[in-house]
Amino acid sequence: MKVFVTKEALDPYKEVQEHEKTLPAGKHGGVVVFVGAMRDFNDGENVKSLSLDHYPGMTERHIEKVCQEAMDEWDVMDTLVVHRVGDMVPTDPMVVVAAWAAHRKDSFDACRYIINYLKERAPFWKCEITTEGNKHWVEHNSEDPGVSERKLQKTA
Amino acid sequence: MDIKVRYFASLRDRMGRSEDQVSFDSENVTVADLWGKVSDEPIAEKILVAVNMEYTDTSHQLKNGDEVAFFPPVTGG
Repeated sequence: MKVFVTKEALDPYKEVQEHEKTLPAGKHGGVVVFVGAMRDFNDGENVKSLSLDHYPGMTERHIEKVCQEAMDEWDVMDTLVVHRVGDMVPTDPMVVVAAWAAHRKDSFDACRYIINYLKERAPFWKCEITTEGNKHWVEHNSEDPGVSERKLQKTA
Repeated sequence: MDIKVRYFASLRDRMGRSEDQVSFDSENVTVADLWGKVSDEPIAEKILVAVNMEYTDTSHQLKNGDEVAFFPPVTGG
């Protein structure tokens, strides 16, 4: 499991390739990669730039917990999460999540779980600057229906 | 006992500072007591609390050297 937070520009596919070199060759039949990038719109406003704040230490700890939960739940060989913080502009990649498994179902499920619960629990905060120059903190993330689906499955 | 308090994002803007050092004579102090010492306003319902980087609630009993963080809902990813 690898988790890190960086202020540097993020090249998600390079991170995935580099991490994959550390895994035993020939064992993973499926790798699912999610890349979250910055949009130029949110809640009907045009967004010019974004500053992402975090709580160093707590952020990494809670991403690691989410990855560990995914590895406990599914047959996953390894996971990677790299999250960018600081100032960025539309099209910049903000986060990459990758999950390697022998079979596709485990890698899909683990990757989806990690990005959904990272968004719910890891302490990051987006502050947007609109094209009109207004600065405001984003109050909530849009929810992936997969989160509630999964909660239902868990209680069923 | 001594407690380090941290604020993030919109709450940091509202508080006008990113952290406080707070001392109590008593050893019987909860997160709610701490909030009462750093702010005149009631704590907003949506505000999240972490003690030593773990999520908890305002009834959490504090101990000397704890780091307490208050912040709004998280919006990463």
